[in-house]
Amino acid sequence: MSATASTATTARHDVTARRVPPLGGFNRTLLAIELRRMLRNKRTIFFALFFPAILFFVFGSGSDGAEAVGDGNVSAYILISMALYGGALISAAAGANVAVERALGWSRQLRLTPLKPAAYIAVKAIVALVMGAFAVTIVNVVGAVQGKAEMPLATWIECGLVTLLCTVTFAALGIFAGYLLPSENVMQVLGPGLAVLSFLGGLFIPLDQYSDVVRHIAYFTPMYGVSEVARSPLTHELPWFAVVNAVVWLGLFVAGAAWRMSRDTARV
Amino acid sequence: MTTTQTLSDGAAATSPDAVTAVCLRGVTKRFGDVEAVAGIDLDLHQGEIVAVLGPNGAGKTTTIDMVLGLSRPTTGSVEVLGLEPRAAVARGLVAAVMQSGGLVKDMTVRETVAYTASLFADTRPVDDVLADAGISELAGRKVGACSGGEQQRLRFAMALLPDPALLLLDEPTTGMDVEGRRRFWATLRADAARGRTVVFATHYLEEADQYADRIVLVRKGRVVADGTGAEIKALASGRTVRATLPGAGDHAAAIGALPGVEGVDVRGETVVVHTKDSDAVARHLLDHTPAHDLEITAQGLEEAFLSLTGEDAR
Repeated sequence: MSATASTATTARHDVTARRVPPLGGFNRTLLAIELRRMLRNKRTIFFALFFPAILFFVFGSGSDGAEAVGDGNVSAYILISMALYGGALISAAAGANVAVERALGWSRQLRLTPLKPAAYIAVKAIVALVMGAFAVTIVNVVGAVQGKAEMPLATWIECGLVTLLCTVTFAALGIFAGYLLPSENVMQVLGPGLAVLSFLGGLFIPLDQYSDVVRHIAYFTPMYGVSEVARSPLTHELPWFAVVNAVVWLGLFVAGAAWRMSRDTARV
Repeated sequence: MTTTQTLSDGAAATSPDAVTAVCLRGVTKRFGDVEAVAGIDLDLHQGEIVAVLGPNGAGKTTTIDMVLGLSRPTTGSVEVLGLEPRAAVARGLVAAVMQSGGLVKDMTVRETVAYTASLFADTRPVDDVLADAGISELAGRKVGACSGGEQQRLRFAMALLPDPALLLLDEPTTGMDVEGRRRFWATLRADAARGRTVVFATHYLEEADQYADRIVLVRKGRVVADGTGAEIKALASGRTVRATLPGAGDHAAAIGALPGVEGVDVRGETVVVHTKDSDAVARHLLDHTPAHDLEITAQGLEEAFLSLTGEDAR
């Protein structure tokens, strides 16, 4: 009879008073925590943010760095390669996290909250892009400070943005690989794997220094296409098979990631 | 409206107007050729503490997954507080605590709770929840550095963030000591008195008997018994009377007709009788038949559970 006695129960009954969060649960707290997690991972930070800058010093400071290439010089060409390497590595790490979190049951835990899978993927994609942008920016800043790399500012910015776009391929590869090897050590496989792909893609050594056989194999590997695309604003050269390579590998990795993810959600 | 208002808190469960906490209607779930859930009808009321009991592979987890909206029934319908399960989850009305996993090791305890809290439209303050779970002092610690018990408290903190109306627990007290167990159930009971429905899956009949208002026994994807602990025990209680009885076959019908007798097994010269009234059977056997070497054995809680859920259950 008393109003106070019924408050608690009526509050329970009033299911309609409960709200659903906007944007499927997407919010800034999520982004902040996810970014902090990435930045706290010392190994990822070293290999993706600092290692490429060091490599740039090693490869990009040679005496032939001043030789002209397209709008700029060889040093600028190497700068773009290193930025792509760092961006690819960190995007792959961010992508692999998605699969690792599924293996840990975290994704299942999140399914018990209002977070929509699309919002979760959006958070992860933004984190991958932001971290990729970090990696690309750091190498570029180091290059600019060092002063040997030369290209017009517009080309510089264009290359940076195209490089960032190219890292999406590796975010998808990270997710795919994470599903195939769902363990926290997936980066121990992905890291060296990406290094090999980078060699074959001509990021560390120009492809014309390889034997014909190796070079012809390299044309079919995933880093070759994106590296040509990323450098094209500088070189103004873009073979058609490099574009095909970049598009096909992006398609394959995205399809692979989507395939494994959909199978996984069916099981969740 | 008026009906609801005259109710005291604890009586919510019996209100005809109260929304059913969980409502399963003809629910089945197939995985390929395997029928994990073979047809379950179940109504759980608000404020009830319900134990779901059954052997591994009985369909407990599959059923709970469907209540949580993690999977859809092959046929039938599942409603949580009158809503489709995903809609109830999106409103923070349902929470669950799993036994293992579900945590990211490189997040801190506070980050994990803050992350989860940010996902709900309405949520309790992070600090309050940490304090209630007794993990305030662990807030800055990485989850990976927490003990199993601490991680379990963290899972509870996360589950209680949205103040859920329905809480599902999987083997909740595994690894707790007696005192921890008692405190845990006291807290849950207080919440249930305010209308929260608590459903827990367990292997332990004793725990179910002690703490649940209601026990649902599941076997091979079906509900085989549903009632209070006392009712469940009564269902499977009784004794076994065994005796050597020459010409046992001729006496079987008469023994079967005795009050309380549930089954008569004749094995050659031996008769085995399952009964609720062993005295009557013993008296009959000794007075009216040439039976000798009579033995009477009682069924314990575990046997009761096994006889209801075991492979040879009839």
